[in-house]
Order: sequence, then C-alpha cells, then structure tokens
Amino acid sequence: MIAISTALNGILLGGLYALYGLGLSLTFGIMRTVNLAHGDVIVLATYLSLLTTQILGFTPLMSLVVLVPVMFCIGYGLQRLVLNRTLKDGMMPAVIITFGLSFVIQNGLLLGFSADRQVLRQGAVETMGVTLAPGLTLGLFPILTLGVLLVLIFALQAFMGRTLLGRAFRATSDDPNTAELMGIDGRKIYGLAMGLAFAIIAVTGVIMGIRSNFSPFDGPARLIFAFEVIIIGGMGSIYGVLAGGLILGLAQTIGGAISPTYFQLAGHLATLGILAVRPSGLFPETIEKG
Amino acid sequence: MALLDVENISARYGLFQALRGISLTAEEGETLAIVGANGAGKTTLLRAICGALPASEGRILFDGEDIAGQPASQLVQRGIAMVPEGRRLFPSLTVEDNLIIGSYPKRKGVWTKDKVYELFPELVKRRMNRGLDLSGGEQQMVAIGRALMSNPRLILMDEISLGLAPIVVNQIYRSLPDISAAGTTVLLVEQDLNRALSVSDHVTCLLEGHVELAGVSREIDRQALIDAYFGASQ
Amino acid sequence: MSENRSEIEPRPPMTAAPYAREAHVALPLVLLGAVLVALVSLPFWGDGSLQRTALEFFYFLALAQAWNLMAGYAGMMSIGQQAFVGIGAYSLVVFAEDLGLNPFLTIPLAAVVAMILALPSSWLLFRLKGAYFAVATWVIAETVRLAVNANIDWLGGGRGRTVRSLGQFDRHLREDLGYYAGLALALIAVFGVFFLLRSKTGLALQAIRDTENGARAVGVETRRTKRIVYLFAAAIAGATGALIYIVQINVRPDAAFSINWAAYVIFIVVIGGIGTIEGPILGTILFFVLRDLLEGLEAWSMLIFGLIAIVMMLFAPKGIWGVMNAHRPVPLFRTARKLPARFKADEGEA
Repeated sequence: MIAISTALNGILLGGLYALYGLGLSLTFGIMRTVNLAHGDVIVLATYLSLLTTQILGFTPLMSLVVLVPVMFCIGYGLQRLVLNRTLKDGMMPAVIITFGLSFVIQNGLLLGFSADRQVLRQGAVETMGVTLAPGLTLGLFPILTLGVLLVLIFALQAFMGRTLLGRAFRATSDDPNTAELMGIDGRKIYGLAMGLAFAIIAVTGVIMGIRSNFSPFDGPARLIFAFEVIIIGGMGSIYGVLAGGLILGLAQTIGGAISPTYFQLAGHLATLGILAVRPSGLFPETIEKG
Repeated sequence: MALLDVENISARYGLFQALRGISLTAEEGETLAIVGANGAGKTTLLRAICGALPASEGRILFDGEDIAGQPASQLVQRGIAMVPEGRRLFPSLTVEDNLIIGSYPKRKGVWTKDKVYELFPELVKRRMNRGLDLSGGEQQMVAIGRALMSNPRLILMDEISLGLAPIVVNQIYRSLPDISAAGTTVLLVEQDLNRALSVSDHVTCLLEGHVELAGVSREIDRQALIDAYFGASQ
Repeated sequence: MSENRSEIEPRPPMTAAPYAREAHVALPLVLLGAVLVALVSLPFWGDGSLQRTALEFFYFLALAQAWNLMAGYAGMMSIGQQAFVGIGAYSLVVFAEDLGLNPFLTIPLAAVVAMILALPSSWLLFRLKGAYFAVATWVIAETVRLAVNANIDWLGGGRGRTVRSLGQFDRHLREDLGYYAGLALALIAVFGVFFLLRSKTGLALQAIRDTENGARAVGVETRRTKRIVYLFAAAIAGATGALIYIVQINVRPDAAFSINWAAYVIFIVVIGGIGTIEGPILGTILFFVLRDLLEGLEAWSMLIFGLIAIVMMLFAPKGIWGVMNAHRPVPLFRTARKLPARFKADEGEA
C-alpha cells in the first residue's frame, strides 16, 4: 500500500512539475531559447496573486481573471520590447538578459514582500482528501492540479494543431525565414508565444502558491524542475511535458521515500541518466537544425 | 502601368556584389522568365523583390508604389508570394497545414485549398503526410500551392524544376497556364532555356549580376540568348 | 572612420610575422610591467585590507577569464562553474585535512581533480547546445551540491568542514602565501587564455565562434577544442575554489556551490566585455567599484547588478571595453589575426 501511495503521490507531484515545464517548453519550442527567469516569473505570478487577494479581496483562483491577462501582457512586452532586440545575435544575449531578470525579480520581491514564507489561502479545497482505499488518501487539490494540466495540454495541442495562428507558431518554429515569406511576422509570433507562456505561468504560479508556501528565492529551483521535465520528456513536445513531469515527480517521490535527503537528488540523477542514454528525451519533437 | 517595375537595383552579400543595377518590368498577367548561369544573381533578384534581402540601391515599384526595404511578411499581404528555392516546406506541418499556412495573409481570391488540390490532384492522398515524407515533385507542388494560397498578384518561382525528373517537371509546368489564367503575374527563374522560352512571354538573361539580354520570348534570337547566358558576347 | 583609414595605408608585404610589431605595442608592455611590479610588491607596502581585496580581485579575475574563454570564445554559456569552485574547496578539505598535505599544495591538485571530474560532465553536457547547455551545467552543479550536502558524512554534510590544518601557519604568512598564490592563479588564467588563443586551438575557437558547422566541415575538431576549453575552465575554477577556502577556512556546501559564483562572474564579463581578454580585467575592476558603491544596500545591490546586466546586453553587448574600443582601438592583448591587406581592398568601398 505504501508503494502504491508513493507512486500515486509521485504522479500527482509530477502534475505540478509538468505545469512548470509547460510554459518553458512552449517558448523553447518556438524561440529555441530558455528563459532563465522562468522559475522567478512563476514566483512573481504567485506574489501578484497574493497582492490581488489582499487588495481586491479575491480568492487566489479568482485572481486568475486579473492575473492571466496581466501576465500575458508582461510576457508579450518582455519579448517585443526587450528580447526581440537581441534576436540576431544568437542565444547568448537572451540567456544573459533573462539571467539578469532573474536577479531583478528575486530581489524586487524580497524588497517588496520580505523574505518571510507566505501562502495563498483558497480555503477548504487545500486540505481535502480523496480516500481511495483504507490507508490510501490522496489530496484533492493535487488531483485538480493534474486535471488543470491535462486541460491546458489538450487546449494547447488543439490551438497548435487546429488554428491558423497555431500553425503559424509551428511554421515559425520550423523555419522563421520561410515563415516570413508566408506573411508571418516572426517578432509578433515570438511576442505572442511569450505572452501565452506567461499566461500559463499565471495559472502555474497560483496553483503552486495554494499547494505550498513560497518565498522570493524559490524561482531557481522551479526553473530547474521545469528544465528537467523538458530534458526527460523531449524538447518542444507538449505530450513530452506530461511524461517528463510524471517521471520527475515519481523519481523525486521514490528518492524521498528512501531518504528525505534523496528527494531532489533523485530527480537530478534521473535527468542526467536520461541525458546520458537518450539525449533528445523520451518524446522528441523538435527538428534539430544546423 | 506595369505591375512590377524594378529600377536599377543593386544588392550584396557581405563583400560580394550579387546585383549590379538591374532593371526589368512585368505587366499584369504575363509570365516573365529569368535565365542565367549559376551565380548570375537570379535568386538574389527574387529575394530582393520579395523583401527577403534588402536592395542597397534602386527602386522596386509594385503597382506603382516603391516597396524596396519593406519586410517580406508585409509584401505577402500586398500580393507578392515566393516559391523559394529548395521548396522549404515546414517539416513538422502536414501537407494540408503547409497549404493552410499559405493563407495566413488572408487575401481574397480564387485560390483555396480545394482549388490547389484540383490543380495538383496528386496531393490529395498526401494531405496528412508531413512535408518531408513526400517526393521532390510533390514537395514542389505543395510549395507552389502554398504560395498560391495567399492569392498573390505576383508569384515568384525560384528553380521549380531543380533536382526533379523531366516527367515530373512537365507535370509541374502544366499547372502554369492555370495560374496565369487567374490573372497572376509569374516571375520564374529557370535554368533550362528551352523550357523558359516555351512558358514565358518575356525573357531576361542575367550575367554576373546585370541584365545581359532581354526580349520577347517568341522573337528572341536563340543564339544571342545562349551567348548572353555564357557571357560569350563579351 | 579612423580605423578604416589606417587599414588603407600601405602595409608591409605578407612575409612579415602575422603579428606585426606596431608603434603602440610598447605602451601596453610598459603598462603591464608597471602593474606587475606594483602587484608583486603590494604585500610590502599595502595594508592587510588592501591585500585581501587584491586577493579577492585575483580570484574573480581568474574565474572571469575562464568563463569568458568558454562563453565568449567557444560559445559555451555555463552557469554551473560553481560546481568546480565547490569541488576545489572540498579537494582542499580532503587533501589538507584528511591526507595531511600542505594546504597550498592542494591548489594545483584541486585543479587536477576539477579537470578529472569535468571530463564525464562534458560527455553529458556536450550533447546539448546553447541555452540548454547553460541550464544543464547548473543541474550538474546542483547535483554535486546536493550530493555533498546530504549524503557524504565524511565531508561534513550541510554544516561543512573547517580546514584546521591552516592553523599551523602564522596568519601573516598564510595571507602572504595566499596572496601570491592568487596572483599566480590570475596570471596563469590571463596568460593561459592569451596563449591558448594565439595557438592553433585559438584559431579553431575563432572558427567555431563564427560558424560551428562550417568549422567542422573544414576539419576543425570542434568537440576536442571545446573540451580543452571546458577542462581548462574547470581547472581554473577548481584551483580558485581551493584558494578561496584557504582564506575563508570554513567550507560549507551551500556557499561553496553557490550560484552566486557564476552570477558575479557573468556580470563581470558582461559589463567588461565578452570575447576579449581585456574585458574581464576591466569588468572585475568595475565590479569591485560598483560593489563598494552599493555596499550595505543588500537586495538593492543584487537588483541593480541584474538591471545593469540587462541594460548592457541591450545597449552595449560588447561591454564597456567594447564601447571604449569602438572609439579608439587599443588592444592590450593581441589575439586577433589580421587579414592581409590584399584581401581588404574591396572593403573600403562598402
């Protein structure tokens, strides 16, 4: 029973990790660059939600009504006003800029909210459990998290596969120069992709804040989890994110069951192991160029 | 007024001057063939017209307006479509998605997905295949169809017979009259002189980045064209 | 414009050495000599605080040079050099405390250990490119940190260990020895990079930086070249790690494997100028000045460092050295190979 419980909890934890990875996978898939402030942006969204609940009296989940559009605009603005300026110089400027941004967000949050750990209060749903069998109770909110993840993945997949804009995203990812010949403005697509990623991050941040407490310096660990999800699942693949999240969650939970100190380490080792045997991940989708 | 009026444009890649003062015109609805040896500047010329490469000098008038310096993504909206050299299908998109992406500029006109399938019936059974699973000829058909989906007034075709078997090339060239019939102006780069002359109204021969010879396809002196092609008249 | 004019002037025929001696080559040499004399004699005229600051300057300079070689020349953007700083620190612990070696002798040994551990790490990392390479270096550093932190009692776990054997040295002797070790390390880093860039490997690196696939196509062994650079950078970081903790004595995993080692070094190179030898030198000086100015501001100072890095990347991606050079190029370290004049004729008309 303990083994089953560990496995199920690992899968549920993986749902959260897959959410971390989803936004990063989207931007990598289209722009081929990693936002090193990804984890800090998740934490920023959590704090913005906290602010909304304090000012407007919303519950954290209600705050998404405000948060999703606001985060979309921040992401779109970041890409169009800052990151697009460096496109022609390769990946290094974007990496360094987002690395700098990571420090700006962390210390900005520290100055604005102090280093105290905080928590988003959604109410009873946080602690409710679902008892599957005697001695086997799973948290309701982690199950909901997995549900949100699945909805987001299917929605994203439908958007990419069925809409003109989604096809333009994929065309730009394949070959931005030829996409330009189809009338697709790559800079705008990049802006929209980052906006979309930030909108997903808004959802992620709120869920993270309800599930656990948080502090301004939690971002880097979130970035690493998101990155590991992508390495395990395969770069630029939406379904790979699901697999990557679940495997990372399982690895950590199993490691943690052996000894609490192995929790994160087991996840890192699983990632490095995948990197050693299958460098393009389990479900590679991105077509490698040049 | 000519639909396309290229006035004395020059362009360079780094230190290499690819175009040296080229001028040409194309009337609405006509087919203009551009011939020339490798490195004569044919592809560069097309890239300059469609906005993929900025011209360093000169004017490009499209429907009477200077479009030099405008990005390719805007020129498609105005009605200039490009069939790039090497086909360049989007590898992760299906044939159908490749065609649909061609309609991104949302220009109205006769060309729709169904019309393209009518033009190239071979593609129907390939609709759900990814671009790279196709034969070279099929890929070329998708590339042409994709460009048509934007309902262009001017379509630029860069070496559409490159690397294809003669029978496939014939098949592809049979689609040209249907394209012209829709009123579309065709600017096509072709290595094969006979083919270029047989499908075009006018022909322009480039040599080392300039226009060496131009004329009406039916009337042009074939030997003079061959000399111009190889630079033998110099 | 002024640089163009000088290119048009007639040049000696191509039989001359590729690094033709020019008039202003003497000035940098005099400058360099003066700086060296000042630094070597510093313990005799400077006070303890200046000496400690100078030592800190040396190890940041060494780390910055090594990182710049990787990122600026070989296109390997690492944010995980703290792995090797930490490995160097723990090499000091093991060699000096457990095996009883002279702590100062452990500095070169730490370099060797770091290099040995960098080899398997390079097998994993070289499967990734660009930004993915960057995050993967961090994951590896985190893995090592967590492994040391939690699972190796011998190394003291999260509390770390103290290098007690340093107590055998008189404090002044320890500080002087540390100072000269730091100076030597910085010089090795600067001139190691300089000579590496002027060697055949340097030529390969420039080819890789321009176009990696192209370089491979003409027979440059890109992987081997990148591995040499990666191992060199690891060795420098390992030696630096040992040196840092000879001064700080207490080795704790969270500090020794801190991402801040990478962050400060990236900041230094970005502000100074990436892809030059002078850039990291200037950057380290600017970093110390800024850190002094922002002292006591805590979070604000980190926020400002982050903002400066962003602004630099947007408006002066070649750093302050690049800005200075744009007006009047005065390379102190000549690593650039010049195109013979006869290939340049066409450039004038462009």
